[in-house]
Amino acid sequence: MGRNRHLNQKKGGNLAQVQHVVLILSGKGGVGKSTLTTELALALRHSGKKVGILDVDLCGPSIPRMLSVGKPEVHQCDLGWVPVYTDAQKSLALMSIGFLLEDPDEAVVWRGPKKTALIGQFVSDVAWGELDVLLVDTPPGTSDEHLAVLENLKKQHKVDGAILITTPQAVSTGDVRREITFCKKTGLRILGIVENMSGFVCPHCSVSTPICMDTHTPSVLVANRSPVSFRLASCALFRWTQSSV
Amino acid sequence: MADIPSDAPQHCPGTASEQAGKTSACQGCPNQNLCSSGATKAPDPAIEEIAEKMLTVKHKILVLSGKGGVGKSTFSAHLAHALASDATKEVALLDVDICGPSIPRIMGLEGEQVHQSGSGWSPVYVEDNLAVMSIGFLLSSPDDAVIWRGPKKNGMIKQFLRDVDWGELDYLIVDTPPGTSDEHLSIVQYLSSARIDGAVIITTPQEVSLQDVRKEIRFCQKVQLPIIGVVENMSGFVCPKCKNTSQIFPPTTGGAERMCEEMNLTLLGRVPLDPRIGKSCDEGKSFLTEVPDSPAAAAYHSIVQSIQAYCLSHVPREESAG
Repeated sequence: MGRNRHLNQKKGGNLAQVQHVVLILSGKGGVGKSTLTTELALALRHSGKKVGILDVDLCGPSIPRMLSVGKPEVHQCDLGWVPVYTDAQKSLALMSIGFLLEDPDEAVVWRGPKKTALIGQFVSDVAWGELDVLLVDTPPGTSDEHLAVLENLKKQHKVDGAILITTPQAVSTGDVRREITFCKKTGLRILGIVENMSGFVCPHCSVSTPICMDTHTPSVLVANRSPVSFRLASCALFRWTQSSV
Repeated sequence: MADIPSDAPQHCPGTASEQAGKTSACQGCPNQNLCSSGATKAPDPAIEEIAEKMLTVKHKILVLSGKGGVGKSTFSAHLAHALASDATKEVALLDVDICGPSIPRIMGLEGEQVHQSGSGWSPVYVEDNLAVMSIGFLLSSPDDAVIWRGPKKNGMIKQFLRDVDWGELDYLIVDTPPGTSDEHLSIVQYLSSARIDGAVIITTPQEVSLQDVRKEIRFCQKVQLPIIGVVENMSGFVCPKCKNTSQIFPPTTGGAERMCEEMNLTLLGRVPLDPRIGKSCDEGKSFLTEVPDSPAAAAYHSIVQSIQAYCLSHVPREESAG
C-alpha cells in the first residue's frame, strides 16, 4: 500500500476529485447520525449527485445494514480499496469496517491507536474517484476516531464542515454542546444542527406526541450560552418528526 | 503502565501495548528502547491496588451496550436508585463514559464538584447510601469537551477505581459508553483481580441495535465477563392520547427475545418508552418515584429484582478475606 500512497500523493490523493466533505457528528449516541447520513446521501443521489459515505464507527458500523448492501467483498486496485457501490451507476459509494469483517457479529475490540491507524487508511486509501459529496458518519464522542478522521482529512482535503445531530432531551444537548466545543477547538465549521426525534406521530390516532416533554435544543443556540452560537443562530435548525414505521 | 509518558509522541500506542516501541510513531521517542525491550509490559501494579480496594465492594455490575442511545445511563441510574431504596444497602454508581458523561444530569448532580481527602477522592452523594462518580464532576463548564485519546481515558478510569474513597459497598454499578474499545477493555482489565458479578446488556428492539449488541456479547465472551441478562428498552410506545401501543423501533428480526434464545441468554425484561422517563432524566429525578404507576416503572422493578437474585445466588464459595 506504501507505493500506492506515493502514487496518490503525486496525483493529489484519493480525495482529489471529491468536491465536498461533510462530517456527521454528535456527542450523544443513538440520536440518528447513521440514519441521517443515509437519508442525506439518498436525497443527494436522488438530486443527481455522486455521493460517498465513509463510516468511521469501527465498533458499531451501521451504514452497511442501513443501505442493505449485505456483505460484499472489498476489492483492491492500484489506488487502494475500491468502495462498495450500491448500484450499477456507481452513484453511491460506501466504505465501512462492516465490509471487512469475516463474521458480522465479530466484535472489533481495539484500543485507540489501532482505530486511528485504520481510519487513516480509510481516509487516504479508498479510491473514491469523482464525488460531489463525501459524508463521514462517526461514532458518538470526541475521541480517537474523531481526531483521526479530522487530522487525516485536513492533510488531504479541505473539510467543508460538520452537521450536528441532537434529540430534544437535555441529556442529548448536554453532549452536543461538548461536540460544539470540539468543533471550535479543531477549527471545524458547523454547517447546522438537526434536532431528530422531535415527536412521534401515533399511527392509530395521528396525534404527534413529543417523545420527550420539552426541547433543550434552543439552549445550544442561545447566544450567551455558547461562544459560537452567534453563527449557529444563523444556521438552519431542522426539526425531524418521526412518523410511524 | 498503560499510560502515555509525558515525553511521548502524539500517536504513542501506550507503554503496555503490544506495539510499544515498535510503531512508526515510536521513532525518535526517548522511551523507545525501554518500550521495545518489553520492560513496560509488566503487569500494572494498579490492578492489585484496585483489587485491594474492591474487597469492600460486595457486588460489581457493568451496564453495557454495543449501541449508543439505548438507555444505558438511564438504566444504570434507575438501577442505582432502586437498589438504594433499601436504606440498609450502600450503593455507588461509577460513570466511565469519559466523552459523554450523562450520569451527573440524570442523577440531579450537575454542577457538583469532587473533593479530595486523605483517603482519596470523595464521591458525590445523592442520598446517604447512594454515591456517584463521573468525569462530569471534574469539568468546570457544561461546554467543556473531553477530547482525549484512548490512553488518557484509560488513566482516568484507573484513577476512578483506585483513588475514589468508595468505602464499604453492597453494589457498585458501572455505566459505560457504547462500543467495545478502550473504556471497556480498561474496566475489565483493572477489575480483573476483583470479581465482577456480571454485565447487564441494554438494547432496543430493532436490528440496527441488535447487530451492535451481538458484538458486545461477543466482547463479554472474549473477556470472560458473565452476562446477567439483556434488557430490551424502548419496547413499545404508549400513546398518551389514545393509549394504543405502537412500535417505534419494530423488532423486525425478533427483537431481544430472539437474540437471547439464539445466544442462550436471559431476557431480564422489556421496558416500554414512556416520554416521562426522558423528562425525569432531564430534571435529574428518579422516574421510579416521579411516575410509580407507569408500566415502565413496573418493568424496571421486576428487572432489578432479577439482577439482585442473580447477584445473591452467584456468590463464590470462598470470598477473599484480603
